[in-house]
Amino acid sequence: MMSQMIIRRIGIGIILLWVVSVLIFALTQVLPGDAAQIRLGQQATPETLAALRKELGLDKPWYMQYLSWMGNLFTGNLGISAAGGATIESLIGNRIGNTVFMTGIVALISIPLSVLLGLLAAMFPGQLLDRIITSGTLGLIAVPDFFVAIFLILLLAVSLGLVPAVSYLSGTEGFWRSVYVLALPIATLVIVVSAQMIRMTRAGILNVMGSPYIEMAILKGVPRKTIILRHALLNAIGPIVNVIALNLAYLVSGVVVIETIFAYPGLAKLMVDGVQTRDIPLVQACGMIFCCTYVILILIADIASILSNPRLRHPK
Amino acid sequence: MSDTSATADQGPNPDVYDELPDAPPKSRLRLSTTGKVSVAIVAFWVLMAFIGPWIAPYGESHFIEDDALGNPIDDPSFMLPDMGLHVYFGTDYIGRDVFSRIIWGARTTIGISFIATLLAYFVGITLGIAAAVAGKWVDAVLSRLVDAILAFPNIMLGLIIIAAFGSSIPLLIFLAGLVYAASVFRIARALGQDIMVQDYVEAARARGEGLWWVISREVLPNAAMPLATDFGLRLVFVILFISSLSFLGLGVQPPISDWGSMVRENLQGLGNGFFGGALASITPALAIASLTIAINLIVDDISAQAGGSLAKKMT
Repeated sequence: MMSQMIIRRIGIGIILLWVVSVLIFALTQVLPGDAAQIRLGQQATPETLAALRKELGLDKPWYMQYLSWMGNLFTGNLGISAAGGATIESLIGNRIGNTVFMTGIVALISIPLSVLLGLLAAMFPGQLLDRIITSGTLGLIAVPDFFVAIFLILLLAVSLGLVPAVSYLSGTEGFWRSVYVLALPIATLVIVVSAQMIRMTRAGILNVMGSPYIEMAILKGVPRKTIILRHALLNAIGPIVNVIALNLAYLVSGVVVIETIFAYPGLAKLMVDGVQTRDIPLVQACGMIFCCTYVILILIADIASILSNPRLRHPK
Repeated sequence: MSDTSATADQGPNPDVYDELPDAPPKSRLRLSTTGKVSVAIVAFWVLMAFIGPWIAPYGESHFIEDDALGNPIDDPSFMLPDMGLHVYFGTDYIGRDVFSRIIWGARTTIGISFIATLLAYFVGITLGIAAAVAGKWVDAVLSRLVDAILAFPNIMLGLIIIAAFGSSIPLLIFLAGLVYAASVFRIARALGQDIMVQDYVEAARARGEGLWWVISREVLPNAAMPLATDFGLRLVFVILFISSLSFLGLGVQPPISDWGSMVRENLQGLGNGFFGGALASITPALAIASLTIAINLIVDDISAQAGGSLAKKMT
């Protein structure tokens, strides 16, 4: 029963990936009209227009264009940037490592931090610590990411001069030097993502605390700390893993703003630059990478919550 | 004396009355102190959105060129605040009054977000209730379409559509409306499905009421309160979405002032210290934060009054 549910969920995930690819293709290539006309602009003569259409494959029907685009995606041939003429693989190859490095460190810091704080808040609901954590995280969720970023810049980089305000990596730095250069974007992302995760962890544990077996333990006279650590936390692991995967998915949106504000040479900055110069092949490729990562992380979140439900493990 | 007669006139003791299972919902809304302050903040910004252009000291693209004595200024960019000139927060990176641009920006930021949220609500509720009432293939088709939209991170959908069509204010409204209509659809559909299986709907159906009667008299009134509270939260998301796009330089285009774009334009001023330029970037960011936090606190207050039951329905 459990494996059936997981296979079914993976099937839905694959369909969603396909739908995402169709939508990205339709939105960028079919709906806006003739890409050759847009690219050539005013100087287009019928001959150059026809030549460029043929070169870009626009003379074929849209479903053939889609098929060849998908074929190229799978073989790693992502096309040529409309702006610079460089191949998109080379542009992305330079940047993707930077984004993975930064988000990896953010995940390593924010996951333990938010599980710990969420747990502490749930242990003493309504007390001072819980009130500080809940109101603080509510405030952070309600403000834009760049709000957090500019206050950190002002405080840590401008006033105190502790860390650099612009995150430029030349590629020759060692690990710790890179972390130092990236301190501000990492801190911003950790704060933004943890705020969500802390609230959801707290809610997950408090939700378990309302179940009958916890009531039983309370009536037996088990101390509250023991109840949370021995009973509630174990049963909340499923929801917490789900929360973690969901929030890594939020990171996908978070990096877009944060890489731009700190001028960090990552994939998201590349995509935003591509949107500004309307470099459609580049936006398509980056969009596919981000959206697929997002769909896969949501898929992992769903599978984690199926796996963590013991009732599904032993079918009646 | 007068007190006892007054309570006697009111009939049953109101406290007992409230506990009856079919007690009518409390119509009066009592806000906490933070709630009242938040209402005041939101009211202030809405007022600015309406009358801002008439009370702002300068136009939104007016360059400050002369000082208080009428002598030309060498470098008007990132000027210090000057009360005599009514330049309360200093000037921005090309010498426009930050205070005036924030007041002008209230109209752009709040206006676009509000219209987009209305659009999202109109589309989302219409289709959501239609899916809940019609069921079968209508529901299946609409739900899959919404799943497809929700498979994108919001900001990615924004980037892709703006890359393809270029940014303009109508496109931003359409974009935010589309993205958030998907989540409104989910809530409206869930509420609609809940209500459609209630006894009172069955009773109405049994006595021969038409479909439209059931929708307008039973479904919509019962879904109205949770949806109204959710409107506040959704508006916050839309404000953050539009501001983020503007901050990326992909939203509202210059010279129109908008809080998100103002933060971006003046980022370089952060390095010049607090009064030397940082204010030009901090104050619009604070404007966004004050508005979104205030709306959140009001929604919190209202849903706390409803016993938290609304909050559960709104995930």
